[in-house]
Amino acid sequence: MDERSPEDGIVLTDEQKRRRRARSIAIALALGALALLFYAVTIVKLGPGVLNRPL
Amino acid sequence: MSLVNDGAELAGPDRAETLRLSEAQVGDYFALMKPRVMSLVVYTALVGLIVAPGHVHPIIGFTAIVCIAVGAGAAGALNMWYDADIDAIMTRTSRRPIPAGRIQPGDALGFGVTLATGSVFVLGLLVNWAAAGLLAFTIFFYVVIYTIWLKRSTPQSIVIGGAAGAFPPMIGWASATGGIGIEAVALFLVIFVWTPPHFWALSLTRTGDYAKAGIPMLPVVAGAEETRRQILRYTLVLLPVGVSPWLIGHAGAIYAAVALAGGAMMVALAWRVRHQRGAPADRAAKHLFAFSILYLVLVFTALLVEGLGAAFSRAVA
Repeated sequence: MDERSPEDGIVLTDEQKRRRRARSIAIALALGALALLFYAVTIVKLGPGVLNRPL
Repeated sequence: MSLVNDGAELAGPDRAETLRLSEAQVGDYFALMKPRVMSLVVYTALVGLIVAPGHVHPIIGFTAIVCIAVGAGAAGALNMWYDADIDAIMTRTSRRPIPAGRIQPGDALGFGVTLATGSVFVLGLLVNWAAAGLLAFTIFFYVVIYTIWLKRSTPQSIVIGGAAGAFPPMIGWASATGGIGIEAVALFLVIFVWTPPHFWALSLTRTGDYAKAGIPMLPVVAGAEETRRQILRYTLVLLPVGVSPWLIGHAGAIYAAVALAGGAMMVALAWRVRHQRGAPADRAAKHLFAFSILYLVLVFTALLVEGLGAAFSRAVA
């Protein structure tokens, strides 16, 4: 018999939690890689000029 | 990506029955990007980028290849989203993430659209907009022209849709030069003419599958005999087209030798497909399909070797 009440909302199984965590980590890694890529290309395109701007 | 499937009820005592929580693994999303197709796309794009005239900074070149790979993956995901109904019917594709129930169609659509938009804009912002425009057109061509329009309506879908797979070396070239040259068009033509015999050889061994799914593949609509004839015709055209980069002076002797030998082998295998019947004909079609992949890898590797050799000579001089 299901012991959960409707007020419990959606309850994930351990396997679902593990897979959601793995998906979240993959998204985080992809976003981190994108940030690194933008940083590297900025340095390549602008070089030292990236620091040369009026304050 | 949503946690639950479309139409799920979020409350009530029956929620356990009505909710299907996402159990997709990271690998399922990777499978959605058709990694095997993506690897060929990446390789041909890389060759296009390296053999193009001029110098590309390695970081910019790497960025271009990543964007092309992600764009190709997005096109694959959108293809799987639209084709989920026929994928479920065909044995070869029934274990894909959507028909197998591991990823919901709406999630695949969101994944594909996000990656397609992201790859085009990142390529435009970080590399150049000519390459980004070509990538956007390629994704559009594969998803809308091939998948949605042609695939279910004409056996010529393989010929016309083949253009989508032929664009990557051109995108690689545009990433390096900011434009398109006659040499890039020659590389496009090699893959464009290569595609029909490659896919029709596969379809000869899967005719029942395609017929069951209602896809008007050439063997289903015109019969195996006509398909074998068309395979040989396209392979005979592929032989000179494969050598064309050398004929226009873009490739050297190594490439010419590889393209000639590989093209001759393709013709020999297509000849066997054309003239054998029964089980040997099935084997011949499988051999042609397998060798066609090797052919494409070999001719592009020959170009790559020559391109890297020329770059090395310039660096030493």
